[in-house]
Amino acid sequence: MLTAPQARPRRLPRRRSLAGWQFVAPFMLVFALVFIAPIGYAIHLSLYRRQLIGGNSFVGLDNYQRALTDPQFWSALGRVAVFLAVQVPIMLFLALLVALAIDSGRLYGRSFFRVAIFLPYAVPAVVATLMWGFMYGTRFGLVGNINDALGVTLPDPLHPDLVLLSIGNIVTWEFVGYNMVIFYSALRVVPTSLYEAAEVDGAGQLRVIRAIKLPAIRGALVIATIFSIIGSFQLFNEPSILQHLAPNAITTYFTPNLYAYSLSFSGQQYNYSATVAIVMGLVTMAVAYLVQLRGIREEGR
Amino acid sequence: MTPALTRVRRPGITRVRRPGRSLTLTALTGIVLVYSLVPLIWLLVNATKSQQGLFSSFGLWFADDFALWDNVVETLRYDDGIFLRWLGNTLLYVLAGAGGATLLATLGGYGLAKFDFVGRRAVFAIVIGAVAVPGTALAVPTFLMFSRLGLTNTPWAVIIPSLITPFGLYLMWVFAAEAIPDELLEAARCDGASELRTLFQICLPLLAPGIVTVLLFSMVATWNNYFLPLIMLKDPDWYPLTLGLDAWNAQAATAGGQPVFHLVITGSLLTILPLLAAFLLLQRYWQSGLAAGGVKE
Repeated sequence: MLTAPQARPRRLPRRRSLAGWQFVAPFMLVFALVFIAPIGYAIHLSLYRRQLIGGNSFVGLDNYQRALTDPQFWSALGRVAVFLAVQVPIMLFLALLVALAIDSGRLYGRSFFRVAIFLPYAVPAVVATLMWGFMYGTRFGLVGNINDALGVTLPDPLHPDLVLLSIGNIVTWEFVGYNMVIFYSALRVVPTSLYEAAEVDGAGQLRVIRAIKLPAIRGALVIATIFSIIGSFQLFNEPSILQHLAPNAITTYFTPNLYAYSLSFSGQQYNYSATVAIVMGLVTMAVAYLVQLRGIREEGR
Repeated sequence: MTPALTRVRRPGITRVRRPGRSLTLTALTGIVLVYSLVPLIWLLVNATKSQQGLFSSFGLWFADDFALWDNVVETLRYDDGIFLRWLGNTLLYVLAGAGGATLLATLGGYGLAKFDFVGRRAVFAIVIGAVAVPGTALAVPTFLMFSRLGLTNTPWAVIIPSLITPFGLYLMWVFAAEAIPDELLEAARCDGASELRTLFQICLPLLAPGIVTVLLFSMVATWNNYFLPLIMLKDPDWYPLTLGLDAWNAQAATAGGQPVFHLVITGSLLTILPLLAAFLLLQRYWQSGLAAGGVKE
């Protein structure tokens, strides 16, 4: 897992302390402005409510109580939870399979595979969503083409029942290569001596994968899972852009982030919007923490 | 450029035995390859079609008219050349945002790796904690704060939040810790070089793969940024490409709006080409950089 690089054996003289801060200070100053200050401000906002008369008044935890009993918030949270439970395992499993296949050395043209499968990561979410959105379309998209050519009627991927699945496909497409490269990089630092030992023992490929490769990249798996969880809870770009192409399928409270955004920018409910953002931040951190904890505990077994 | 880490196993050289190539495995992995490439091919093919051809031809093959150059010219000229303005904005945000982010992460990572100072542990804890904070959860409060400071609807509103990449700082930290021997720093200090000179003249070449990796990944983050500018910017003259394309698509999808799907598609192609080129040309750098820092256990 993430740990601080080991302290060096020798301590440098004390006067180096000032020099160290000189290097770190610029980062920390901007960090305070764009991370710490907004968090503080959000907490402040969440404790107040704007009144028609008399400006903001302190309401304690009322906004939080409202969020916890808000059906729209729960529906948004439930949707990203389903997304998380289905899309993340599929994406990571696919990424792992490809990483293992490339690492096995049994592919023709494996550096081509590695680079080509990674490429979608460099494509902006806007462009990825537009491309897939057009391809999903029945007018000039591939779905429309197939319907015309074969005389069938495929289910519309932008139908309200299917749109979450279609978004999952876009996100998988964007990040499967990125995760593959992370796993592949981790596989490459497995000490060769382990493979030699396995060969002496006569272990087959599958055995090597289960006994050596998977345990060796556990750290990378946990990191990738945590980043994917954070990404799922933050889901915003894809549904927001797809809204233009499928206005009936995506509501203003489709995901928690979309909800917070609509509350702020269409509804001017800044205090409640900040509350929703904080609750989502807490949920995300709690789930990420649990995953990390499990990852470490299994490592200890 | 050799990666600084010796423990990175170079494929093929130290392998015990080279297992035979497998056609079956190649074909199976090929499915994922096709999945990854089909949308990009779709984009390329459809950028060659006129608005009319788009509706009348098969998606994965060319239409009768080859309109790529007309489309490119029209994309660049449409609405008084607003696309070029958006491209200029994107370049500004990438240069200032990603360039600044890389500089701050390099300075900070180097400082954390090579100096002992009071509060070093605290800095680590805070920054790692920040990785878990959903970035978009901060967006609304940041917007309200910036609007009080009068920064919204200016380039600063996009550039300043882009300057911080906790992941970049972590990567540079790990990288600097392993790539720069302490003896080198001692020697430079004995020669009376200032700390900044030591970093920029002696250590920078050693840090190159890490710096390129951080730069490339923050470039992608800034070039592809959508949520932040969406919130911060009202004036289309300050839009980056991503927001501009979204606006064109919204216009095309609105009943009564001028349908410019061919411009959305050609514009999308032009938007992704520079980044695809950067990743292809710099792959040796970012692959070794990721191997060194991103997956440290």
